[in-house]
Amino acid sequence: MAAYAGAFGASFGAVSIASGLDIAQTMVLSLVMFSGASQFALVGVIGGGGGGLAAIPTALLLGARNAFYGVPITRILGRAGLRGPRRLVAAHLVIDETTAMAIARDEPDEQRYAFWATGTMLFSLWNIGSLVGALASSRVGDVGALGLDAMAPAAFLALLWPRLRVATARWVAAGGALVATLLVPLVPAGLPVLAAAPIAVVAGLLPRRRHEESS
Amino acid sequence: MIWLAVVTASLGCYLLKLAGVSVPAAWLEHHAVRRVALFLPVAMLAALVATGLFDAGGRLAVDYRLLAGMAAAVVALLLRQSFLVVILVAAATTALLRALT
Repeated sequence: MAAYAGAFGASFGAVSIASGLDIAQTMVLSLVMFSGASQFALVGVIGGGGGGLAAIPTALLLGARNAFYGVPITRILGRAGLRGPRRLVAAHLVIDETTAMAIARDEPDEQRYAFWATGTMLFSLWNIGSLVGALASSRVGDVGALGLDAMAPAAFLALLWPRLRVATARWVAAGGALVATLLVPLVPAGLPVLAAAPIAVVAGLLPRRRHEESS
Repeated sequence: MIWLAVVTASLGCYLLKLAGVSVPAAWLEHHAVRRVALFLPVAMLAALVATGLFDAGGRLAVDYRLLAGMAAAVVALLLRQSFLVVILVAAATTALLRALT
């Protein structure tokens, strides 16, 4: 897990610099946003020529799921565990990995420990990794020659992959990719990605199929 | 403009997390709403893969060396390789083809 977080962070740092952000901007994202998919999406939209205004809603829509992870985390940490400033710190650590690690345990004590231990470790290594990746990437002159422009789409693919186990999700992914591709010549950069969002809304509101419940 | 996006989106993402541990659980437990939030990354990440591959400055075009890099990434994912291996394989494949052609 530790090696994974550091390497994941380093790849974000490298992709961020290759997308045209500087080291300070990259580190603000890793320190304050601290949510892998949203960070990759923001730099991906900017790197693709989309203005900041398209990148903001893209990152927020991707980050919306973290709010829903708050439900099991609140149950696990309890009212006492979320009092005062602890709530502000705990909230920052509510992401895919910490939620998954916490709810995988059975005992309440172990769940709380898993949340805090995973959260602090991931936060530290993600940021150290980001800095190392950003510093290394900023020394590279020719982004294309090293294939660094292939890293962003590959990162999106790797983030998408584990979410495709459910059949409905595969349809949503195909629809999103198709809509975005068709819109590329028609609308300014950044908007094709945002235009994929309504597909998720429609799929989410449709009646659920019977054997789909692993998301 | 990049700074505006970085700061606004970062604070917004934090506020979403803070809302999740602050508002009553009942507000978030609507099944359909939760499903929408979980499908959003799927639709948008797929869109980001597509635009990363096919958007050549506002027109549709394919750099087959990028496409080959993505195919290599799929192979790495099927072989259950780690995140870092997947993107390094993609970058190395694309770089190799660029050096050769």
